[in-house]
Amino acid sequence: MKMLQLIAGRVSSLVARRATLALTTSSARMASHAPDPEVTEAVDMSRPMYWDRLDTPLPDKLYKDELSAAEKSLKEKEKGPWSQLTNEEKIALYRLSFHQTYAEMNQPKSEWKTVVGGIFFFVGFTALVVWWQRVYVYPPRPRTFDDEWQAKQLQRMLDMRINPIEGFSSKWDYEKGQWK
Amino acid sequence: MSLPKPLMRGLLGKRLRFHLPIAFGLSLVAAIAFKYGVTEPRKKAYADFYKQYDAVKEFNAMKEAGVFESVQPSGE
Repeated sequence: MKMLQLIAGRVSSLVARRATLALTTSSARMASHAPDPEVTEAVDMSRPMYWDRLDTPLPDKLYKDELSAAEKSLKEKEKGPWSQLTNEEKIALYRLSFHQTYAEMNQPKSEWKTVVGGIFFFVGFTALVVWWQRVYVYPPRPRTFDDEWQAKQLQRMLDMRINPIEGFSSKWDYEKGQWK
Repeated sequence: MSLPKPLMRGLLGKRLRFHLPIAFGLSLVAAIAFKYGVTEPRKKAYADFYKQYDAVKEFNAMKEAGVFESVQPSGE
């Protein structure tokens, strides 16, 4: 979902600046142009990205790129034995590398309600369309659907002995003239 | 925190040794059930039908009903 939003944002920003696109190639220069009303930043998708995904656990890069001096010294301490790290330091190191924990990432959302509601809405709309077609588009009803025609059709099938062994005519008693 | 080492090998073989006999058995049961539930009754139904079948009588009945193009009912 985020990828689609990023792509959509990038596409809209491309459309908005078609004239300048020929002149600029780097995303840094594009971001420094006149502000685009739809997108706050243009993400360069040709470089490694970060993501929180259940099915792809290890992103291409760490979450935090620019580290402060304290964070850099913590990263240096991480190169030594980990038993010397306190629990808070371990959590801080995790938060440097990752944005959300698995527990936070997997929290249930209510998106499915919107999806199911949307499905029902559009199915209902389709029903209205089909009703309109029934009234204004369908040709007249074929005469073969009339009860009288159907009865004559069944009688002809019995006369022709359709499926006399296990099927249709086998259920008709020819001597008595009734269904078995 | 020392867990026993998990099984690393022979997983597919174990699964097949368990599931294949069951699969063969169920397939055999399905085939036997179909044979004696469907094909044998059907063969009997056909045999019984043709034991008492009089082709000429059936033809005349159909002719009188008027379903043929080559021969008309005896009235016309």
